[in-house]
Amino acid sequence: MTKPFDYVEMKFPAKSQYVSVIRLTVSSLASRIGFSYDDIEDLKIAVSEAVTNVVHHAYEGAGEMVIGCAMYEEKIELMISDYGSSFEYETVKSTVGPYHNEQSIENLREGGLGLYLMDALMDEVLLANNDSGVTVFMTKYIAREQVDEVAEKVTTQ
Amino acid sequence: MDMKVYFKEDDNVLRGYVEGEIDAYTAPQLRDGLEAVEVTEGLNIEVDLTNVSYIDSTGLGIFVAFYKRVQREGGNVRLTGLSERIKHLFKITGLSELMNIEGEKKVKLS
Repeated sequence: MTKPFDYVEMKFPAKSQYVSVIRLTVSSLASRIGFSYDDIEDLKIAVSEAVTNVVHHAYEGAGEMVIGCAMYEEKIELMISDYGSSFEYETVKSTVGPYHNEQSIENLREGGLGLYLMDALMDEVLLANNDSGVTVFMTKYIAREQVDEVAEKVTTQ
Repeated sequence: MDMKVYFKEDDNVLRGYVEGEIDAYTAPQLRDGLEAVEVTEGLNIEVDLTNVSYIDSTGLGIFVAFYKRVQREGGNVRLTGLSERIKHLFKITGLSELMNIEGEKKVKLS
């Protein structure tokens, strides 16, 4: 059985000059599956916030970051991790717990606006903090009318 | 990716212009450009963001720091030319309540 999504994974040095490359790649992928202009702009900011967080906080010296994008018919799931190596997407996904509202207020005070913006611009944000690093897992759904449009294009191709 | 920041004196107003994308990579340039501004008592500063195509929390943080410094040193600062997208960001972060911001100039119908 084929998976209900296409999965793309990118690995970059954890350096700020790659934030825009990652943002633009995610924007292209989102556009490909039918997100609206405004939703793509939201995704660009959310992914930049998560990646910037890795660049600033994950490593003392050089390190790497992995960005996974799972594209479904009705949503995109993004995973941003400071693991040095690639991850088994579905394994990591199963280890993340819910991200509570009361947690976000604390984080806003301590960590600035980045996490708050991710939460505000995406439909779901989950954080997994374990021995090997931090993974941000976030989801955004495609507005219903766009889904129909894409479905139509797919069947006529 | 490019980011530019420059200032022009215009009567009693110091006009700043920021152009391009503001993220973690270009932010130090913006910070340096704003930190170089000498604030005197009563100085009015307007920073035009009409040509900013992207900004995230890194950029917002730099404007917050600049805003705080200008206020502390007795000047006034206003951010102008915010696109609907950028205005939305200032709104959801609560910054539009704390800072003096203005949207894109509407074309006047004569």
